Amino acid sequence: MNLRARNNLIGWSFIVIAVIMICLFYFYPMIQALILSFQSGTGTNLTFVGFGNYQRLFSDTTFLTTLGNTFLFLIIQVPIMILLAIFISVLLNDKNLKLKGFFRTAIFLPAVTSLVAYSVIFKYLFGPEGLVNLFLLKLNFISDPIQWLSDPLWAKVTIIIAITWRWTGYNMIFYLSALQNIDNSIYEAARIDGASSFRQFTNITIPLLKPIILFTSITSTIGTLQLFDEVMNITKGGPGNSTMTMSQYIYNLSFRYTPDFGYAATVSYAIVILIVIFSVLQFKLAGDKK
Amino acid sequence: MNKLKRALIYLFLSVAAFISIAPFLWMIVSSTNRSVDVTQGKLLPGPYLGENLTKVMDNVDLVPALLNSAKISITTTLLSLLIASLAGYGFEVFRSKAKDRVFGILLLSMMIPFAAIMVPLFRMFGSISQWLPFIGIDTITSAILPTVTTAFLIFFFRQSTKMFPKDMLEAGRIDGLSELGIYFRIFVPTMKTSYAAAAIITFMSSWNNYLWPLVVLQSPEKRTIPLLISNLGSSYSPDYGLIMTVILIATLPTAIVFFVMQKHFVAGMTGSVK
Repeated sequence: MNLRARNNLIGWSFIVIAVIMICLFYFYPMIQALILSFQSGTGTNLTFVGFGNYQRLFSDTTFLTTLGNTFLFLIIQVPIMILLAIFISVLLNDKNLKLKGFFRTAIFLPAVTSLVAYSVIFKYLFGPEGLVNLFLLKLNFISDPIQWLSDPLWAKVTIIIAITWRWTGYNMIFYLSALQNIDNSIYEAARIDGASSFRQFTNITIPLLKPIILFTSITSTIGTLQLFDEVMNITKGGPGNSTMTMSQYIYNLSFRYTPDFGYAATVSYAIVILIVIFSVLQFKLAGDKK
Repeated sequence: MNKLKRALIYLFLSVAAFISIAPFLWMIVSSTNRSVDVTQGKLLPGPYLGENLTKVMDNVDLVPALLNSAKISITTTLLSLLIASLAGYGFEVFRSKAKDRVFGILLLSMMIPFAAIMVPLFRMFGSISQWLPFIGIDTITSAILPTVTTAFLIFFFRQSTKMFPKDMLEAGRIDGLSELGIYFRIFVPTMKTSYAAAAIITFMSSWNNYLWPLVVLQSPEKRTIPLLISNLGSSYSPDYGLIMTVILIATLPTAIVFFVMQKHFVAGMTGSVK
């Protein structure tokens, strides 16, 4: 055996464990889920139903509600958070800013907390007699306590506030490290040409940040489509099903209601399809603007 | 005008920083107060931290949950680092067309939502239970195995390997080291900072993992910290002082890791994007 072939073989031996593990715990279950999605029945009593489960999706009001909720969280929360993260990171990138380290650490801090722990804290803060209501009442912003957790609309708002609190600092870090790589002389040239700071922001900062904006919006989209920990621990999906997400519906179908693994797998493929669609869409959008 | 702008920037950042920290402050303050004080909106520290701690020790299985979480997170971190860095190193140092194709396929696994594979994984460990009960449902092993290998970490280590000087590889080969010897004796010690960054993000995500342990760990004595907190949080008559004390203790390990290794943490997050 020559050296090249030998080295090639050694190379494979370095990666073989990882390949086996990923196949066993990601790709094999994905194939299993695909097969399951064409079956129906309770527990282990499964029979083939063809596309029956997929047809059921369109008439299943709970599924459609969870789809709508997930979309709502996605369309409202992700843009707010990304704009906020960009805005804060641009402010923090100012060389003359004092207390920069403190601001950065403070705003990033939520990103190191456990999702369950912060969810429980938020559930109490937003409770009917929680601190948020107490605070708003004291300041006379409201005259009656807001039903943050038990009103269908406000419960959605609470979830959006919670996720934004948890993830804005996380996304900010990506923008900050990208901003630090931008050569300062570009801005100096723009200033000499008389560009206002708003023009500098829209014509220099945003285009240069585009790869990071794409990265953060894809990861945030994937994250939101999988939203589970927060709704489970803040609202339990309620009131009614008004904050239930698709992931939570899959969990309930499999482990809370009479288990219907086949239909649960079908719902999970709906998420997979959405993730693929959204990722392709975001890549396309980013490409067109070039 | 410029002064006003400055002032507005500081005001905005201060408000953002305050909103970010306030829930933590409330958690810390509440852990020193009785439940009644917390419900009445008391915002000053009280003298009841000791009492809350005793209540936690008497009523909550905190120590077993801490031990379970520690066992799972530490094992996951060690295995993850070994498997992913071997692979990332292999993909980069022994680069070939076929391997690049395999790498591309592995990356696709990042798009797979966990909820989609949760049911098949549960059934898989269910059927393993019959043959190998120590790996099956409701064991620490079953909580660890599916989360050990992530394409993200393989990608991360491949990117880090790119920064590893190739001369050191050649030097090792000339010295007669085996390829595995080069990896263990030269690569691992040189790449300490990459390992530190990877260790922190892996440890944190494992320590905070909720959905898979919720599915697979069914008996109360196997509970991890997030399961314990979730369970306490859903009680009908919560003892706020007690719950906040539990959350405080559960958050301490990750907070300490974060403050000690803040630089590495950020490097770990952004390292794979650059």
